[in-house]
Amino acid sequence: METFAFYIFAGITILASLFVVGQRNPMYSVMSLIASFGALAGLYVLLDAPFTAVTQIIIYAGAIMVLFLFVVMLLNASREEAAPPVTQLVGRTGLRIGAVLSLLLGAEIVWALSRVGVTRFGEDPAAASVSSVRRIGTGLFTDHAFAFEATSILILVAMVGAVVLARRER
Amino acid sequence: MVSLNHYLILSGVLFAIGTAGVFLRRNLITVLLSVEIMLNAVNLTFVAVGRYLGTVDGQIITFFVMTVAAAEAAVGLALVISLFRHKETLSPDAFTALKW
Repeated sequence: METFAFYIFAGITILASLFVVGQRNPMYSVMSLIASFGALAGLYVLLDAPFTAVTQIIIYAGAIMVLFLFVVMLLNASREEAAPPVTQLVGRTGLRIGAVLSLLLGAEIVWALSRVGVTRFGEDPAAASVSSVRRIGTGLFTDHAFAFEATSILILVAMVGAVVLARRER
Repeated sequence: MVSLNHYLILSGVLFAIGTAGVFLRRNLITVLLSVEIMLNAVNLTFVAVGRYLGTVDGQIITFFVMTVAAAEAAVGLALVISLFRHKETLSPDAFTALKW
């Protein structure tokens, strides 16, 4: 059952991501990216991380994607001009070098994963209780308190930056 | 039985899709969306490895990544809006003023 759910969610995630980069209308891209994030939230539930799953839905699919959707509608530039063919961008030699490098990278990943062997997730109750929101909160405000505070400054800077950048010059 | 390797491979595939989107698309908004796909692939790795090691740190760093993604989206989209005001286009090829 868990395996079945994993393949369903993984399939939805990959197909939706391919659709995001595969077609020209940014509105459809944003919509299918929301579908992809929903399936990723399902994967987080399978990984015993309900807090991350809920955050994924609320912050990513809820807030960030609405921001993207808002800008897509605001700019109203729905069609994207056709891209030049890849051979024109990098040339035939560059294409061959890139193909060889990516094949090498793929072979390297397969080799590394096969060396590790099958890595099963632990079944002990301590690992299952990892999901508790209490432990995340404790870790966030004790061990990672400095990063948490630095994040607030980051958000302040981003807020000021966005306002300054998008302001109309006069 | 689903193992850690399944999640790592899925994450790698997602990251590759995002990278391809950044390089191939001719629309600044779609490029930013592809960056979001890459960030999510890394998030999946963090959560899966955290589950494998039995710690909660993977989820905590995912929380920080989400915050940074929100800040990046806000600043990036503000840049896109102000670029669109100048040239009336979203194609990255139109913005070559800094190219030497």
